[in-house]
Amino acid sequence: MASSTSSPSLDPRVLKEPLPMPGPQGNWRRYFTFNTDAKVIGIQYIAVALLFLLVGGLLAMIMRGELITPPADLVDPTVYNGLYTMHGTVMLFLFLFPVLNGFNNLLIPPMIGAPDMAFPRLNALAFWLFPVFGVILMASFLVPGGPSGSGWWAYPPLSTQNPLGHAINGQLLWILSVALSGVSSIMGAVNFCTTILRMRAPGMGLFKMPIFCWTALAAQLIQLMGLPVLTAGAAMLLFDLSFGTSFFKPEGGGDPMLYQHFFWFYSHPAVYVMALPIFGIFSELFPVYARKPLFGYKVVAIASFAITVLSLIVWVHHMFYSGTPQWMRNVFMVTTMLIAVPTGIKVFAWIATLWRGSIRLSTPMLFCLAGVFNFIFAGITGVMLATVPVDIHVGNTYFVVGHFHYIIFNMITFGVFAAIYHWFPKFTGRMYYESLGKLHFILTFIGSTLNFLPMHWAGLMGMPRRVASYDPEFATANVLASLGAFLLGVATIPFLLNLVSSLVRGPKAPPNPWNAIGLEWLLPSPPPAENFEDDVPTVISGPYGYGLGRPLVEDQERFERRALEA
Amino acid sequence: MTSLSQPAVTPPSTSALPDPNGPELDPGASHGHGHGAHADHTMTGFVIFLASESLIFLALFVGYAVYKSSAPLWLPAGVEGLEVREPLINTVVLVSSSLVIWLAERALHRQRLGEFRAWWLLTMAMGTYFVVGQAIEWQHLSFGLASGVFGASFYLLTGFHGLHVVTGLALMAFLLVRSLRPGLVLPEGKGVLAVSLFWHFVDVIWVVLFVLTYVWQRR
Repeated sequence: MASSTSSPSLDPRVLKEPLPMPGPQGNWRRYFTFNTDAKVIGIQYIAVALLFLLVGGLLAMIMRGELITPPADLVDPTVYNGLYTMHGTVMLFLFLFPVLNGFNNLLIPPMIGAPDMAFPRLNALAFWLFPVFGVILMASFLVPGGPSGSGWWAYPPLSTQNPLGHAINGQLLWILSVALSGVSSIMGAVNFCTTILRMRAPGMGLFKMPIFCWTALAAQLIQLMGLPVLTAGAAMLLFDLSFGTSFFKPEGGGDPMLYQHFFWFYSHPAVYVMALPIFGIFSELFPVYARKPLFGYKVVAIASFAITVLSLIVWVHHMFYSGTPQWMRNVFMVTTMLIAVPTGIKVFAWIATLWRGSIRLSTPMLFCLAGVFNFIFAGITGVMLATVPVDIHVGNTYFVVGHFHYIIFNMITFGVFAAIYHWFPKFTGRMYYESLGKLHFILTFIGSTLNFLPMHWAGLMGMPRRVASYDPEFATANVLASLGAFLLGVATIPFLLNLVSSLVRGPKAPPNPWNAIGLEWLLPSPPPAENFEDDVPTVISGPYGYGLGRPLVEDQERFERRALEA
Repeated sequence: MTSLSQPAVTPPSTSALPDPNGPELDPGASHGHGHGAHADHTMTGFVIFLASESLIFLALFVGYAVYKSSAPLWLPAGVEGLEVREPLINTVVLVSSSLVIWLAERALHRQRLGEFRAWWLLTMAMGTYFVVGQAIEWQHLSFGLASGVFGASFYLLTGFHGLHVVTGLALMAFLLVRSLRPGLVLPEGKGVLAVSLFWHFVDVIWVVLFVLTYVWQRR
């Protein structure tokens, strides 16, 4: 609600009140201040999120160290409960959501020709909540009783217990952290939606917008619709835990199932909040590295919204074995399977894009190809899990763990890596080292396959999830999985080495190192603080015009020259 | 839905020209020009936020309806139901304040600042009456937060709504103080619009809440 008496000669699309100054480019201090520049905020998001990727990965490796032998010998089973709770929460709320918000910040304004986000201050505030709820969650390791052990889903009755009786306990900190993360995400969602809907370059109708912006919009709509429901459920859980109410306590007339409904109404769509931008990244990168237009652009764009709509009516498939009536199971089985239609459309569009393209197997392309490959596999196991009889058989086994890690790591995180490599030169002004990138890819692909593929096998054999000890018959699969997890830990070394050394001494990046088509590639690398400022190009053709020989914007050569001279 | 298919951004070449009226003097004419274009984003963002916010209430209402129709224990022992008369007066006051805030908005649009402040203050008074009435009601209730699902959901719903009323009052007070600042005539137009929208939202939520909790007593 900030308003001002700004002079009319200023750019109308941003608030040009004295915002906190970005500081000179290259000055590291600006990344530690309340900076309102979307590009600074984007890098802040990504850097802090990668830090938490290491934390979450470390927790995962402790778990896999525990599971390398059947008995619970490395850590106590209670500690193990805390480990998987924190691993899941960290990876979702402190790594994936923030890293994708980082991409939104970096990519959306330049892609649509906007100078910044619609509400720069709100944007900075949303970012600075992130370290706050990160610290709150980490602090739960220090409170008496340790962190929450009720899983990242926090089902009652486990999550309404407070056996030690401390007012500040791990579960309370978990709820506060998740709630603050929700507040931050809503601020972000309002900002991203407004920016995409209202601040596009002249000539850029919705159907001339890059697919990444479509998928970001679709994903942020899910945030706006789902997060309030989770917030309501979390508030009720907090009251049950700390103020003696009995919303979810059967002994007081409450209903623990209602929490599951509240939780999954958001938390299943939350998977699409993470997956949709990755679909966008695949759709951006395949045309660049295959030198062909994206196949079926309009259908791919609309399929994103089909996913948004369907995502809101599938949540009960997480509760097939929670006393759900049969008619409800049937309905949600069908809706869940319907998701395969829009996602299948996208997969076929990507394959058709690659068909007979001149494929360049650089690091981002390798991550994309492997990501789609893994996604197809995860999609097949997803359809299996949507089937009620199969789900009742393998629900709560390692089959489910394998399935969602194939989605969340082998597809989504692969897409995150692809995006980091692809846009690294654009936003840092430095080229990354291709050989280190390829090493990172090979280690990650082998490690993740070794880690998550045997889980399917163990799960089909009947190994339950969330246990610190298991029957020796599952030992082979678990040893393989643990080796894969440690390999994934090793794979972060070339990745981080590449990021740091490229930042420090990588070759200077030209404005458009990949010969890509898109407004962001008409800017210098790194782009100036306000992107195109007042001289925004007029878009005259749709995106991905590879091989069509038509310019994307009016006066394209002038913009290219300007970017080179900068 | 034209705004969805066409970006509302005006080409910089035209918008860079000074608005002959000046945005401060003529808030109505500043749409799509100069500062007005930015303010439109504020409203877009605010409407998106309110739509999202309304879903928290929707979730709580659905939860309430599920409990009410399925919970084995509903009213705590010794509680007959809720007294309707005082809350009904409260409801009438709150709902009428929506009309009053609209009058304030209209006065501002006609550049009658004194009249605007009067209607604005009256809205605040009516909102305050509602909150105080709610507090008095809470004090006289024979059940508490821990009195089963009924007590918990009653206090959660009315409390969460009350929080919104208090937020609205605080925003109004903030804008009222700003309107007293000398030399600043009408730039708060958009803020007034946003707060007024928020106030209507709070009223509509209350009507649903009132029907759910006070009118629908038997089950």
